[in-house]
Amino acid sequence: MTANPQTALEIAADVRSGSRLAAAVIEPYLAEIAQREGEIHAFNEVLADGARLEAAAVDRRVAAGEDVGPLAGVPIALKDNMCTRGIPTTCSSKILEGWKPPYDATVVQRVAEAGAILVGKTNLDEFAMGSSTENSAFGPTKNPLDTSLVPGGSSGGSAAAVAAGFAPLALGSDTGGSVRQPAALCGVVGLKPTYGAVSRYGLIAFASSLDQIGPFTNTVADAAALFDVIAGHDEKDSTSIPEAIAPITPHLEDGAGGLRVGVISELTGSGPLADGFEPEVLAQTQAAAEALAAAGATVSEVSVPSTIYGLSAYYIIGPAEASSNLARYDGVRYGLRVEGAANTKGMMIQSRTAGFGAEVKRRIMLGTYALSAGYYDAFYGKAQRVRTLIINDFNRAYEDFDVLLSPTSPCVAFPFGAKDDPLTMYLNDVATLPSNLAGHPAISVPFGSGRNGLPVGVQVLAPMLGERRLIQVAAVLEASQNGAGQ
Amino acid sequence: MFGVSESLSRDDVAKVADLAMLTLTEEELDTFTGQLAAVLEHAKDVEALDVDGVAPTHHPYPLSNVFRADEVDDPQVGDEALAAAPAAEDHQFRVPPALGEEP
Amino acid sequence: MTEVEQPVSATMLSSWASISDVPREQGALPDGWEFVIGLEVHAELATKTKMFSPARNQFGSPPNTNVHPVCLGLPGTLPVVNGFAVELSIRLGLALNCTVQRCVFARKNYFYPDMPKDYQISQYDRPLNISGWVELASGHRVGIERAHMEEDTGKSTHVGASGRIHDAGYSLVDYNRAGVPLIEIVSHPDIRGPEEAKAYVGELQAILIAIGSSDGKFEEGSLRVDANISVRPAGSDELRTRCEVKNVNSLRSLGRAITYEGKRHVDLYEAGEHPRQETRHWDEAGGRTRAGRSKEQAEDYRYFADPDLVPVDPSPQWIEEIRAALPSLPRDRRIALVAMGADAKAAAIAVDRDMDGLAVEAINAGADPGRVLTQVVNNLAVDGADTLDSHNFAELVKLESGGKLTSTQAKTVLAEMVVSGRAPTDVAIELGFEAMDSSSLESVIDGLIADNAEEWERFVGGDDRERGKMQGFFTGQVMKLTKGQADGKAVNQILQGRRNRQ
Repeated sequence: MTANPQTALEIAADVRSGSRLAAAVIEPYLAEIAQREGEIHAFNEVLADGARLEAAAVDRRVAAGEDVGPLAGVPIALKDNMCTRGIPTTCSSKILEGWKPPYDATVVQRVAEAGAILVGKTNLDEFAMGSSTENSAFGPTKNPLDTSLVPGGSSGGSAAAVAAGFAPLALGSDTGGSVRQPAALCGVVGLKPTYGAVSRYGLIAFASSLDQIGPFTNTVADAAALFDVIAGHDEKDSTSIPEAIAPITPHLEDGAGGLRVGVISELTGSGPLADGFEPEVLAQTQAAAEALAAAGATVSEVSVPSTIYGLSAYYIIGPAEASSNLARYDGVRYGLRVEGAANTKGMMIQSRTAGFGAEVKRRIMLGTYALSAGYYDAFYGKAQRVRTLIINDFNRAYEDFDVLLSPTSPCVAFPFGAKDDPLTMYLNDVATLPSNLAGHPAISVPFGSGRNGLPVGVQVLAPMLGERRLIQVAAVLEASQNGAGQ
Repeated sequence: MFGVSESLSRDDVAKVADLAMLTLTEEELDTFTGQLAAVLEHAKDVEALDVDGVAPTHHPYPLSNVFRADEVDDPQVGDEALAAAPAAEDHQFRVPPALGEEP
Repeated sequence: MTEVEQPVSATMLSSWASISDVPREQGALPDGWEFVIGLEVHAELATKTKMFSPARNQFGSPPNTNVHPVCLGLPGTLPVVNGFAVELSIRLGLALNCTVQRCVFARKNYFYPDMPKDYQISQYDRPLNISGWVELASGHRVGIERAHMEEDTGKSTHVGASGRIHDAGYSLVDYNRAGVPLIEIVSHPDIRGPEEAKAYVGELQAILIAIGSSDGKFEEGSLRVDANISVRPAGSDELRTRCEVKNVNSLRSLGRAITYEGKRHVDLYEAGEHPRQETRHWDEAGGRTRAGRSKEQAEDYRYFADPDLVPVDPSPQWIEEIRAALPSLPRDRRIALVAMGADAKAAAIAVDRDMDGLAVEAINAGADPGRVLTQVVNNLAVDGADTLDSHNFAELVKLESGGKLTSTQAKTVLAEMVVSGRAPTDVAIELGFEAMDSSSLESVIDGLIADNAEEWERFVGGDDRERGKMQGFFTGQVMKLTKGQADGKAVNQILQGRRNRQ
């Protein structure tokens, strides 16, 4: 997208130095939103007035000589499942329509403290359940590259906002690929951090042991900068990593020389999942591997056998946790209540039935079944053991490799309604969800194009807290394309 | 599917909907039964895996003893929370009468 | 419910009562029947904040003022464990002789408007404390299956119907209590009657208060009891259908509810029927239990480890630090008093009233154990008794033992000591209870004999009736002359002695 070509780091440098006003920075983004948002529907709520006020405040602080932070004046869009005090936070669900949280999520505080300007809350598959943003109760988001196609999901609004030039930065949440897959389909960078690296406090839960917030950006450098802002311990999240997380930005230019790169054979055309991958996607993944080899990396194939069982484990664990996390939407304290029921139970049933969409109901029921008496061991218990096997397989692979490589999504962006069968849609996550099960970080970098000239995302995977390796490799892939003029 | 040989039935789905406080139309019941059965059928692939002696993973990053100090933080959110409630009265959340008792 | 044999080893037996000797409760049921009772006691922990939320843990605040986004279950919020609540729970585990272990929080899923998340964070297959026991004052031991941590629910108040058709009223929900830390103490079915149940809960209450884990107040809901009650033919080892009686909010109610429910079971069996396994509620006003709504289907709580929380894994060092800091427990205090020569029953009362420290100090200061405990039990159930100086108290008991004060005088002096904090001799002198040793008493009596020769003759030579009459005369005269300070018993002894010498 050429509408607003500046990177976040360029903007912040200008605003911090006083060479540009944040108030001036925000206007072309708001103008672009005004022009194309009606068509794209990236946002549930655009906060133009609030953004202008925040920008003016940043300018005042710069004028007063304060250090406004590393993202000074940079517009940012937030997925609408992150709580923003006094600003509607809906999860794109009728059950939370109009709900204004009385508190800010930790990431919201951190990006605000870094000087970023909130431009809006982005659309998503309801409660982040989906891979196309078609499951939003407020209508789908369209892919800015071709509005007849989905942007991916569940963070489709955030991916589209960055791809459309509505904001240079966005945050999404990734439970099974919900940052990386829409990043791939929209041609932007998407990073899923290590589980526990970024606080989940204020992120409305889908699946607690899998959810992780991550950045969408146009460049790898911006992704690293945003990660450095949002990562770090938070005492409000018991699963937050207590150790300090070192900044990754200093490693952007470390290069790929001497790195050992393993291409995951199960996700690149071998084995039972082979049929699902588009040949162009596999070809670009191969090209990415070659680009890394050309940059001095040692590249070879590696088998991570249990990744093929990831889908089964994921679609038990995710729904099981979701079935419990989403129980609280009962019409008692907030959100939708259907009036007229004779008793509390009736009110709860009617409110939930009216408030949740079909995909959310499917997953709640799948998860309720998986946890119910008599089935726990067979489903949830076994899935948690499969998870261990996947972690063990990854750890074995990381004995010989520094990073692993695969496609992000088996396919490029697809038309609306193309995957209306749930299982077909679920298969879209096959390459991304193993990282969520393992808690490992992974990044999707745009790399060339596939069918119909649509962008392809290549996924780089690393072991726990291996984010610096990810951006090191991703920067090489990015640079190799710029060199090729793509 | 995970060692459970029988397939998911329409009755199972109805029972689960009840547990989850959802009502389904007859048509939804049919659709969901088919869709959920397909997902569970796919999940049968893990029957091939031997997980005996494999410990379950509850957290990808294992931690223990994460404690908070016993110190009050009172952000005074009661009024705001009640204002956001579907119905409130006397500084309390108002709901239709209970039927059934606490388990 | 499984009957678990409590392992009994020589070292576990207390120094003053062995389990096999303990007489068990009888008589609450018709002959031929006995109770099998297990109790689940919920105690609110004495923390400043809630279990997983930094909101205040405080009773009696206006509705929905002790709330925070976390304990309101607002979307996006996450629980963080209150470390002090864990410490208080470990204290209890150690006081109940439990194994304290690595444990996990689990979600118990069910929909209820009092519960903000529509699941309760509790513990399921890995509780903090397991396999302990409590020894009652009788010497009987009740096995503890587990004592686990969980969060409390909010409170609903039903607002009555207006009387119009279709208006069944409504409920108002206050979340001040939602998330308050609880410990649930589950006993083995080792309890054999209402009195034993009351003694058990009373003992738990005393322990909770002694170690500072809970204020133990029934009246504020800090302690709540659910009773699993069944009966069986006396002496058999079968386990029959049990009913869980909820909503028992005092020791007195507990005894009444058990007695009622046990008799109900016996009546059913004797009529050839059987009780149904069900939850029943104690109706205090009606003095009976009532069946709860019958469940449409079996409960399915879908327990699973809470993915928002991580395990609690107390280190041996932490456990030992907590153990070392524990105060002396009621049982140990009873044993200590008995070892010093106190009667077991009196020792139990002294400990119950928290007066055992005073008793021990007085005994150590040389006062007679029996008289010390008698004073504590009979004359110190008064306000301010806890301020009594142990040295003064010991002196008082010694004055009484040495005959310097009569028991009546001692009681009067003690009451004044409690009020004024003064030494017993000072009080005695002020009240005119001058020290009256037996030699001065003898001289008073000798003087009376000399002055009242005729009466003395009638005493020495008269029949039993006459002697009794004259004994009254002389005692009265002695009391008159000594202003009541003489010990009546001593007067009689001297009179008898003089008569025998004649």
